Parts: sequence; structure tokens; C-alpha cells
Amino acid sequence: MEKFVTLNGLVAPLDRPNVDTDAIIPKQFLKSIKRSGFGPNLFDEWRYLDRGEPGMDNSNRPLNPDFVLNQARYQGVSVLLGRDNFGCGSSREHAPWALEDFGFRSVIAPSFADIFYNNCFKNGILPIVLSAAIVDQLFKETEASEGYMLNIDLQAQTVTTPNGESFGFEVDAFRKYCLLNGLDDIGLTLQHVDDIKAYEVKRKTATPWLFR
Amino acid sequence: MAGKTLYDKLWDAHVVRQNDDGSCLIYIDRQLVHEVTSPQAFEGLRMAGRKLWRVDANLATPDHNVPTTGQAAGVEGIVDPTSKLQVQTLDSNCDFFGVTEFKMNDPRQGIVHVVGPEQGATLPGMTVVCGDSHTSTHGALGALAHGIGTSEVEHVMATQCLIQKKSKNMLVRVNGHVGPGVDAKDIVLAIIGKIGTAGGTGYAIEFAGEAITDLSIEGRMTVCNMAIEAGARAGMVAVDDKTIDYVKGRPYAPSADQWDAAVANWADLHSDADAVFDTVVELNAADIQPQVTWGTSPEMVVSVDDKVPNPANERDAVKRTGMEKALAYMGLQADTPIREIAIDKVFIGSCTNSRIEDIRAAAAVAKGRKVAANVKLAMVVPGSGLVKQQAEAEGLDKILVEAGFEWREPGCSMCLAMNADRLEPGERCASTSNRNFEGRQGMGGRTHLVGPAMAAAAAIAGHFTDVRHLN
Repeated sequence: MEKFVTLNGLVAPLDRPNVDTDAIIPKQFLKSIKRSGFGPNLFDEWRYLDRGEPGMDNSNRPLNPDFVLNQARYQGVSVLLGRDNFGCGSSREHAPWALEDFGFRSVIAPSFADIFYNNCFKNGILPIVLSAAIVDQLFKETEASEGYMLNIDLQAQTVTTPNGESFGFEVDAFRKYCLLNGLDDIGLTLQHVDDIKAYEVKRKTATPWLFR
Repeated sequence: MAGKTLYDKLWDAHVVRQNDDGSCLIYIDRQLVHEVTSPQAFEGLRMAGRKLWRVDANLATPDHNVPTTGQAAGVEGIVDPTSKLQVQTLDSNCDFFGVTEFKMNDPRQGIVHVVGPEQGATLPGMTVVCGDSHTSTHGALGALAHGIGTSEVEHVMATQCLIQKKSKNMLVRVNGHVGPGVDAKDIVLAIIGKIGTAGGTGYAIEFAGEAITDLSIEGRMTVCNMAIEAGARAGMVAVDDKTIDYVKGRPYAPSADQWDAAVANWADLHSDADAVFDTVVELNAADIQPQVTWGTSPEMVVSVDDKVPNPANERDAVKRTGMEKALAYMGLQADTPIREIAIDKVFIGSCTNSRIEDIRAAAAVAKGRKVAANVKLAMVVPGSGLVKQQAEAEGLDKILVEAGFEWREPGCSMCLAMNADRLEPGERCASTSNRNFEGRQGMGGRTHLVGPAMAAAAAIAGHFTDVRHLN
């Protein structure tokens, strides 16, 4: 997993609540058995005018000019600004894989769905919760000013606007540690093999029907 | 000291160790595996040279990609090469790692969330995970069950554990009894309508009250299945005699010599009388009418007697915009009576509503009636090969076919349309599935979520109608 320490990134606004993981990456692309290559189909149904299928040459497909990520001013974005309940629905990790493959390293919203939020951290993406009022302000500033960038500092847990206004955010210590260091948490868990084995012995005695 | 909630008890019983930041290593008793969210996890294990920590804790079956016709041909019968490869990959991974898999031509194959309980592979007191958000279904048995992403699937395969922070406790109590013709789906849609699709975010929800305990285990599964549509990763119901009766005798249930000990162990799987919940939500069962969603989020739901809401009456600007977008996508005018909305297709199936009592409910409505001429396709997809066998033994397939429904073979089917079953742009569907998101059942498709009896009634009428007053 790629580390996340600081990011000074161009921001794209996706102004709708309840953006679900079906919208982020539609089901037909979940047939892939790989972890990479989902970026061209990120937000496929909003981004293109035709029906996307796996294996298509996406460079020849008709783009929806109204969709935010197709607009010239948002090329090269790495921060996505969203509304409430971002990432709801299916647990598909293909959603953060697609966001990451497209180039996003952070998503800012007033609230996230739990599973999506968790999946982001496993893939080097930092999801940031800011209050609805602050997110609203960031939407206005992003839309008003072409080339709008936000500076994100995970160590300091701050988001800073171009005019120097800074907002703090919360993040779990363990997730922060893993993201700052790009760590695979299976390796970390396997440091506790003895604890797992001891628990298992206890459980096998108490509930033997669960082991067969 | 206050008593414990059911969730507290399940959580405490599975803590392997607590980390400094308050997160815990939680032991997982059962992992269910399907073809869509597992290939990258198996690949990760291979690349790291890791094995499964406990092979016997895993159970696999293909469900998302399988076609609902011609399954006798097995995996070779899948026409779409990418779908076929994904199912073949599951088969070869399970063979390589030694995981028990109910393959396509096995009568036990079906939707993971139907198969797990049906086999007794999900049991009271277990922690259950699967790379699928509707894993919350298994909470109906008094288990702690939730969906996870593929990285966590790999983590559980490699360590039998998950790193988790404890959720908050929410109690949703549905007081009193629902009226005739109101089912588990109506109850859970009414709950989501009340608390919203993010209302349960950060919580584990326990469903309680007479209207919940009145339900069969299948009905409780329908309710817990959609906990995730209220934002809660886990939903659950306390263990009672119905739970014990349901589990008894199933293939993976405790053997006869362990049965009494297991039942004794499960007796404590309820919230203590003095348990404290962070949030309590109450509904009156008698107020719940048959529900129909009108928009593109499960919280956009009304009673069948209501009208499509008018965004002009919504004061919150973000919500108003969301409603306007939903109406535009759904091709609906504000203030249209729900009963005047005509449909093109009907889908009865999915991990929400494909169990035997769902098929029975649909057949009871279909019996002696005919699907309306304007309905292009009305399909019934049983949740597993065993549900299909049972339905056929009861003659339900004949009733449904006689009425003009198509009787298909088990799988996720048009709930998410990864196989060939899907809506075409603009088509409107009465669906017993769980998500009415844009494009969920096919690009441009319009989904209205309902219960199985209401879906069958819509098929007969050609538009939404109150199943309690069907001619």
C-alpha cells in the first residue's frame, strides 16, 4: 500500500448525497479478478453516455460533458469533495480501487458509510470527515475558483485551504499509523499469533461445535 | 453496572486482544466466500506465501455471476467469458486452498446469505463475515455478522481475525403486531424510511419488539439483511425458541452429543433487561402499511396508499436536490399516486427475499391469477437449490408458471444484474431486492423495492397495488 503523508491536491466537487459504490464502480466491472485497472470505469454511468462493458476501449467512448470529472478544469484531481453518506451500499473494495486508480488519494465528506470508509484506509486513500458547514464552504470555494487545491497533512490532521484557513479532522491512531507508513495490517496482526492461538484454545473448549 | 446488550455480549466473547488505541482484534468464527470479492484475496495469500488460518471456518459458493437458466451445464454453461472466469477462479482457489465449496451443479449452491443459515453454517453466537454488505442477514440467528472489503477477506483468511473498533448500540423496537398482509420487508423499509440510509451508520442495530419476535427466522433475515441499507454494518435479533428450532438438524449445526451444551450456551444471547443503548428508535407496528420505494435510495419510501413526494416541500437544499435528481432518474412526477405507477418487469428473489416463505407469499398471490399484459417479464429466482427443491415439492413453481411468472435457477440474479438478468434503460421494475440505486439492476433501469407479495400483486395488476385489496 502506498503511504499517505501529505497531499497538495486539486479538488473536484461531486455535489450529491448518498453516492453509492454501485455508482462509483458499476457491477459489470466487478467481474475482474485483478485489483488494478478500474480507474477508466470510475463513475462509469455518469461519466460516459453509452453503456460500459469490461474490455471496451474507453478512449473511444462518448463522454458526458456535464459530469464534473470530464471538465477541463478538473483534470489531474486527487481530492474528491462529497456529500453525506458517501460510499454507501455494497462492500465492494473495487470502489476505492477505482478511485485510487483514477488518481484520488483523499475523499472529504460530512459522513461516510462504514465499510467504504474502512476500505479506503486499506488502499492508501484518506477519507476525511468535516462538518457539513465546512464541506459546504469547500464546495463553494472549489466551484468559485479554478485550480482550487487543498493541502492535507495526515500527521497534523489538518486540511488547509489556499488562503491559509485550516480545519482539523479526526482519524484513528492505528489507521493513521498504517497509512503514514504504508503498512499491510496482516503482517501486524500476525505479530499476535500467540494471542490468537490462546483464544482459539479457549474457544474450542467452550464451543467445540464451532470447530469441525 | 448496567447490563449488556446482545451486541456487547457477542463482541466481548470474540475479543482476542485490545490495542492501545481502543481497537480490538476480533475472532471470526465463519467466513462465507463468493466469486466476486475473493479472487484478489486468494491472490494476496498466494503472493505472500500464506495459507488459510482455519480452512474449516470458510464456506464458499458462487452466486453473483451465475446464470438463472441452464445451470445443469455447470460453470461451462456460463456464456459471458469474464463471468465464467470469475466462477472458475473461485473453483480453482477453493480446490487449491481446500475450502468447501458448493459448486454450480451442487443442489446446495445458492446465494451465500441463503445458503449459510440453510446449512446451519451460521449459528447463534458466531461472528460471521463475508465480502458482501448483506452479511448482516445472519444476525437474525443471534450472530454478529457484517460485510467486509476484500483486504479484510484476505485478513480473515490469513489470521482468522479482524481489527475493529466497537460500534455503538442502537435498539429498534417495533411495538405491537403488524396487520394482515404486512410482511418483514414492509417493516424494514418502514424502519429505513424513519431513520434514513445513514441513520444506523456507526451502530450495530438490535431489532426487537413483538412485530420482530412474531416473524419467522426467514422474516428476521429479511429485516437484518437491510440493516446495511440503514447504514448499520450489523443487524441482529435475540435468540429465542424459534432460533433454536430453526437451527436444529441442519448439516453444520451442532451434533446430537453437543446440542444441549450449545443450546445452553445460546440461552444468554439476548440483551439484559437493564442494558443501555446509545440510541433507541420505536415504531408502532400497527402503523406500518405495505411499502414501495419511489426514489434511488432505500430511504425514499412511502406506503402504497401515498403519493410520490414533492421536492418543493423539502426545506433542506441538499435533500431537495437529491429528490429532484431521483425523480428525474425514475421518470416520475411529484404527487403521482403510487398505485398509478405502471411497471415493466418484476423480480422476486435476492438475499432479502428468496427464501421458501417468500416464494410461498408470491405463489399465494399468483394462484389462479395472470400476470398483466403490460408486464414484459416476471421472474422468480429461488435463493438456493434447496429452496428451489422445496418450492417444487410444494407445487409453488407450477402455480407461478401457470400465472405467467418465469421460474428460474438460484443466484443473485437481477438484484445487481451481474449475470444476464437485467433491466434495459428506462424499464421499471417491482423488485424484492434491497437497493434501488441508479443503475443497480441495469443501466438506466428504475427499481421500486417491495415485499414478495406486493411484487406479485404488481405483476398481476401491471402497476403497484395494495396486495390486501387485490381483486
